[in-house]
Amino acid sequence: MRLHVVTGKGGTGKTTVAAALALALAADGGQVLLVETEGRQGIAQLFDTPPLPYEERRVAVVRGGGEVKALAIDVEEALLDYLDMFYNLRRAGRALRKMGAIDFATAIAPGLRDVLITGKIKEAVTRRRDGRQVYDAVVVDAPPTGRITRFLGVTAEMSQLARSGPIKTQSDGVMAVLRSPQTEVHLVTLLEDMPVQETADAIAELTEAKLPIGSVIVNMATEPVLPEPALLRAAEGTLTGADLAPALAAAHLHGGEELADALAVEVTEHAQRWAAQDDLRDEVEDLGRPTVELPLLTGPMDVGSLFELAGRLEDHLRSEVAA
Amino acid sequence: MTAAEPQPAAEQTAGGSPRGPRQPRVARPGPLAPPMDLQALIEDRATRILVCCGAGGVGKTTTSAALALAAAEAGRTVVVLTIDPARRLAQSLGLVELDNEPRQVHIPGDAGTGAEGELHAMMLDMKRTFDDVVAAHSTPERAQAILDNPFYQTLSSSFSGTQEYMAMEKLGQLRASDQWDLIIVDTPPSRSALDFLDAPNRMSRFLDGAMIRLLTAPSRTGLKIASAGFMFFSRIISKILGGQLLRDISAFVAALDTMFGGFRERATATYELLRRPGTWFVVVATPEPDALREASYFVDRLSSEGMPLAGLVLNRTHPPATTTLSATRAEGAAEEVADAGGPGAEIAAAALRVHAERMALAGREQHLADRFTSAHPEVAVRAVPATAGDVHDLDGLRVMGEQLTGPDGDTPTGTPRTRVLPARRS
Repeated sequence: MRLHVVTGKGGTGKTTVAAALALALAADGGQVLLVETEGRQGIAQLFDTPPLPYEERRVAVVRGGGEVKALAIDVEEALLDYLDMFYNLRRAGRALRKMGAIDFATAIAPGLRDVLITGKIKEAVTRRRDGRQVYDAVVVDAPPTGRITRFLGVTAEMSQLARSGPIKTQSDGVMAVLRSPQTEVHLVTLLEDMPVQETADAIAELTEAKLPIGSVIVNMATEPVLPEPALLRAAEGTLTGADLAPALAAAHLHGGEELADALAVEVTEHAQRWAAQDDLRDEVEDLGRPTVELPLLTGPMDVGSLFELAGRLEDHLRSEVAA
Repeated sequence: MTAAEPQPAAEQTAGGSPRGPRQPRVARPGPLAPPMDLQALIEDRATRILVCCGAGGVGKTTTSAALALAAAEAGRTVVVLTIDPARRLAQSLGLVELDNEPRQVHIPGDAGTGAEGELHAMMLDMKRTFDDVVAAHSTPERAQAILDNPFYQTLSSSFSGTQEYMAMEKLGQLRASDQWDLIIVDTPPSRSALDFLDAPNRMSRFLDGAMIRLLTAPSRTGLKIASAGFMFFSRIISKILGGQLLRDISAFVAALDTMFGGFRERATATYELLRRPGTWFVVVATPEPDALREASYFVDRLSSEGMPLAGLVLNRTHPPATTTLSATRAEGAAEEVADAGGPGAEIAAAALRVHAERMALAGREQHLADRFTSAHPEVAVRAVPATAGDVHDLDGLRVMGEQLTGPDGDTPTGTPRTRVLPARRS
C-alpha cells in the first residue's frame, strides 16, 4: 500500500491520526511523505515546527533510518508548478497570477483546488529517482468525510468536462492512481453517533465512486473505570449514593451523603456514556472494514504521544499485512 | 496517564511557562467571562437574524435548531436554515424531503407556553438555490442556456465553496420574503468558519476581476487592448484546459453577462445584511484547542468587520457533579477505600477514580475556556454540558434550548455557571 488518504468528520482528530500513521509507516526505514491539504498548518503544530512552506521538509526521524517529510500544499504554487511541469509556462503562470487569473480560477471553479492538490499527490506517489520510488508511502491529511468523495472524485469530473486535451490526460492519470489497489482511504471516527453515521455514509459514497476503502480508525477510545457488573447496574441508573457511602467512610472524606450522591451521578453518567459507546462499537464493526482503536490520550498532543499512537497503528498494519 | 491537576486549572492564569517544573502559584481567580443572555436576545423582536458559526463538528446545527425551537416557544415566527443536519435530527424536524423551501415543524402541544410562535425548518439545496438565482436574473431562454451548460452544472452541484455562497443567498431570500420575524442560520461545515463570511466577497471579487472583463470584453466592445490580453490568456488556457472546456466557460460567462449586476448587488446586499442592526452572530465551540482557536479567529474577524457578536457557546462541557473533592484527593481516597476493602469497596474506589478523571477533564476544559476569555475578555460565554447521546428529537432540542437560554444560575460562591467548574473553593 503506498497512498494512504486519511479522512474523518471534523473534530475526530484526522490530522493526528494521519501524522501517527506516517510515523508508523516510516518505522524500520520507510521514506514517508505526509501531505497537508487544507492549509491549516496542523502538521507543523503537531510536530512543533515552524509553519511549513510549500516544500518537502523533514519533520521526524524514526528508528531504523525511517523519515517523515511533510508538505503543506499551497494551491497557487501548485498551479505554477503544474504550468511549469507540463507546459514550461512558469513565466506565463506568473503573468496569469498578476492578472488575477488564479483568483479567477479558484473563484469560478473552487474544485480546481482539489484537482491541483490531488495532482500534486499523484506526482509524489509516482515520483522516481534513479529508477527507484522516492517515497515508500504517502499519507494525506485529507478534507473531512463530508467532502472526501468530491475531493477525490473531482478530477474524474474535470476529465468529463474536458473531453480531450492535456487536462484530460492528467485527470485520467490521477484517477488511475486514486482508484488503484495501491491506494486506501482510511476513515477516522469517534464512538459518537454523528461521526459513526458519517463514516457509514462516506463508505457508501466512496464505494459508489469506485474508490478503495481501507481501515476504520476509532480515535480517542476510552476504557471503563468500573468493574463490569457495577458498570451495567450504573448504566441502568439504579446505583445510588447509599451504595457508595459505607465504603467511602474508610477514606474519612467530608461531604457525607451529598458527596456520595454526587459520585453516584458521575458514575451513572460514566456508565451510560460507556454503554452508548459500546453500542457504537458494534455499529463500527458492522461496517465490515478492518478496525483499529486508538486510546484517548490526556494532555496536549506532542511528538511523544504521536509515537505512542504510531505504535498501535504499526501493530494494526502488521496484522493487516498478515491477514 | 491521568495528569492529576493539584488545583482546578481555574486558578491558573495564562502566562506560566508550559514546560519546566511546576512553580507554586498564588491562587488568583481566572478571568470571568460575562454571561450570555440568549433568552433576551431571541425574545427581542428587534433580533431578526442569528448566525451560528464555528469549526466543523462542534454542534452548530443542533445549537441552531435548539435556539429556533426556544424562540418559537417564546412566541417568535422562526425559520431555521440548516445546511447538513444529521439524519435523525432532520427527521425530527420533519425534513424528510429536500425541497429547498421551509416547512412548518409541528411542535407537540406544550400547554405551558401558550405563546403563538411558529417553527419552520429547511435544508439548503445548493444546486436548486443556484438555479433559482439564475432563473430570477435572466430571460427564460438565457436561463435555460446557462442551466444546460456543462460547466455550470459542475459548478453549481459539485464544486466546493459554492455552498457558502448559496447559504448566504438563501439567507438573503428568506430575509427579503419577510415571512418570518427571526431567521436562524446554521453555516456550512467548512474548514474554516471564515469561509462563510468570505463567500460573497469572493463572488464579488470574481465578478469584478480582470479575468471576467477579459473574457467578456470581446463580446462587449471588442477593445483592442483587451483583445491582445484575451488572446494571450485564451492561448494559455486552451493549451491547458483543452479548447472545448474553454468554449463552455466562455459561453457560461457570456450568458451570465447580463446577470452580473444582479449577482454583485445581491452579494453585496447580503453581506451588508450581516452588518445591519438586528443581526447577531453566535460562535459555537467545544472545549478543545482547535475549536477554540477557530472561534478566536472568527471573533477577531467579526470585530474587525464591525459585525455584532452575541457570544460564545461552549458546547459539550463536562462539569463534575461536585467540586468539593479535588482530583488529587479523590485519587488518594480511592486508594484508601480499596485498601480498606470490604463490601462495596471496589465500586466506591472506582467511583472516586471516575470523579478524579472528571475533575481533571473539567480542569483542562476550564483552562481552555479561561485562555479564550483572557484573549477576548469582552466576549460573553455560555457553557452547555454534554449529554450522554446525541440530540436527535424535539425533546432533546428543548433540553438543549433550556441550557442555552435558561437562567445562568450563580453558584453560592458567586461564580457564574459559565465556568466549567461551577464553584471554586479555597
